[in-house]
Amino acid sequence: MITHAKEAEKFNKDEARVDWHDDTLWFVRQKRDRMAHNIPEWEQLREKASQIKNHTLSNLDQYLVQFEKQALANGVHVHWAANAAEHNQIVFQIIQKHGFRKIVKSKSMLTEECHLNEFLIGQGIEVIDTDLGERIVQLRHEPPSHIVLPAIHLKKEDVGETFHQHLGTEKGAKDPQYLTEAARQHLREKFIAADLALTGVNFAVAETGGIVVCTNEGNADMGAHLANVHIACMGIEKIIPRQADLSVFLRLLARSATGQPITTYSSHFLRPASGKEMHIVLVDNGRTEQLARTDFRNSLKCIRCAACFNTCPVYRRSGGHSYHTAVAGPIGSILAPNIDMRKYADLPFASTLCGSCSNVCPVKIDIHDQLWKWRQILSQEGHTGTAKATGMKLMSAVLSNPDIYRFAGSTGRWFLRHVPSLASNSLNPWFKQREMPEPPKESFRDWYLKNRKKPKGE
Amino acid sequence: MKVGLFVPCYIDQFYPNVGIATLELLEKLGCNVTFPLNQTCCGQPMANSGYSNLTKGCDANFVSNFSEFDYIVAPSGSCVLHIKEHLKDTDHPEKAAQIRKQIFELCEFLTDILKINSLPASFPHRVGLHASCHGQRGLHLSSMSERNEPSFSKPGHLLSMVKGLELVQAERPDECCGFGGTFCVFEEAVSVKMGKDRIEEHAQNQVEYITGGDTSCLMHLEGILKRQQSPIRIIHIAEILNSSISN
Ligand code: SF4
Repeated sequence: MITHAKEAEKFNKDEARVDWHDDTLWFVRQKRDRMAHNIPEWEQLREKASQIKNHTLSNLDQYLVQFEKQALANGVHVHWAANAAEHNQIVFQIIQKHGFRKIVKSKSMLTEECHLNEFLIGQGIEVIDTDLGERIVQLRHEPPSHIVLPAIHLKKEDVGETFHQHLGTEKGAKDPQYLTEAARQHLREKFIAADLALTGVNFAVAETGGIVVCTNEGNADMGAHLANVHIACMGIEKIIPRQADLSVFLRLLARSATGQPITTYSSHFLRPASGKEMHIVLVDNGRTEQLARTDFRNSLKCIRCAACFNTCPVYRRSGGHSYHTAVAGPIGSILAPNIDMRKYADLPFASTLCGSCSNVCPVKIDIHDQLWKWRQILSQEGHTGTAKATGMKLMSAVLSNPDIYRFAGSTGRWFLRHVPSLASNSLNPWFKQREMPEPPKESFRDWYLKNRKKPKGE
Repeated sequence: MKVGLFVPCYIDQFYPNVGIATLELLEKLGCNVTFPLNQTCCGQPMANSGYSNLTKGCDANFVSNFSEFDYIVAPSGSCVLHIKEHLKDTDHPEKAAQIRKQIFELCEFLTDILKINSLPASFPHRVGLHASCHGQRGLHLSSMSERNEPSFSKPGHLLSMVKGLELVQAERPDECCGFGGTFCVFEEAVSVKMGKDRIEEHAQNQVEYITGGDTSCLMHLEGILKRQQSPIRIIHIAEILNSSISN
């Protein structure tokens, strides 16, 4: 079974690369900090965004209906999908109805979550990701490792090699300008040949029925404007009530994501151009279930900025693929167990609960508290293994009883000798790269009894 | 002022000097300090591992040891945060609620309750401060680099009162050291890498000591430092603040 710890250990085999990955993402976090610290009302903006999202989630049913009504009035086709399979079918049927073979797609984490590419390719459709980072990982048959910077785990040398293999660039090329130019030429052909463009959605405005797509490359626009049919796929939590609310979210999104004041393109799509067709697919896929979990509902406030990834000291040193889910990082670790507790039982433990994520999050999701709460559920439902459960019971028995505790302490400083063996029987993982503390000759309590007269409590 | 001293289990067992320094410091500052003899653990090791259902024994024991004081003080941000957020006792809910309000981490007790402005301490060394996350973000002992807020540091403020101490700031002032409770063994690779990276920043500053308010983090860093045979030593902030008062 894939676990974060095992994958992270593999990732850490190449320490220089870990350093590079860590520095690269820390650089993004610092850019974000400069932006956040330059806006005096930053914390108010976060609070405002959080409140708008909370309000929206509490009235999601109404806003979804309002959105659908407005979108229909704008001449947009609206579809509802309960799960990933329905979503994929809906998209496929639209493609099939027109007899199309080729589509281009801008970034959409929802379609990653639904594994749309694999599905469509299996149906004989050519699907080309047009975001540069996504195209790179697509050529390599890898999933994105980051929701905003999909190929952040790759160095320019890696990209050079991939482009050499697939796009015929010179072997050994690593000049970013040369490589992006090659990608640009390659993607131009794909844009022109595409019958249909699929995009994600950053915000869907209930009041207008319009959607907003934020990109830095303009690839969503290029696709949607060239093709005759545009499908926009969105999770139902992307709704915001009013157009005016964008003034809060657009200010927060790019600053939190990449440290830019705003994304290069914030494109508003309201209705199809004349003679063209526009579809919006609204997808649940576990979201209503998460909404019903009181402790976890506000994870649906997420605007997918990835600030929590960039700030996470564990993410930076384990890489996105170690999370083995479409949305990695701290937010992924609280979203994934909702979909499959067994498969993702490791993720809430892939954190030190340092709390940086909750404080960087532009919509104030209490991410680290939710990680803690998931741990309780996963353990209680038996997803953390019998060895750990037994060890914890033993530990609890020792620590609950002062006499046993003192006995265990005096017979060999039980605590540290015992805890590490919970994780591994053969090799003590504390000792692998660390020394044990030297046991002192007496405990504090022993010292206290000797050095302070008439202690109370006995 | 009746102060109950809470010495977390791993400090009791492995770092008694941290408990001693805390006790002596509080006594020198005029507190009437008692160490209840039947205390064990706050229950955090179980709770953070997903077994908060197994902390009832620790909780009840904590309540029976600590319900008689004006304040409870501990030299650990992490354990204090755990008590503040999670202490429950179904038999004595009012006592548990009272304790959650009365418990303080040592640095915040010194700055917010005793409000000390000077210390006769002396520690003529170059020191790096490790801001442990639970103290920093959980108890808000210092400002966070993530937030847009005025910068402050309660431990830093206290260290500035120590004669001869040269405090040097790490490049990333509030990055986690990777201890994280059982994380340190279940995610050994990342945990150690995080610790090494913290140490590297302090080493570049050529510090003699790394200090902090949480012995758990320091124990993890010490483990790595010793393996690296580094000359850098770890020292709990209580030991520095108590450095020469005791003379
Ligand atoms: S949880 Fe917050 S910080 Fe993380 S991606 Fe979502 S909005 Fe951004």
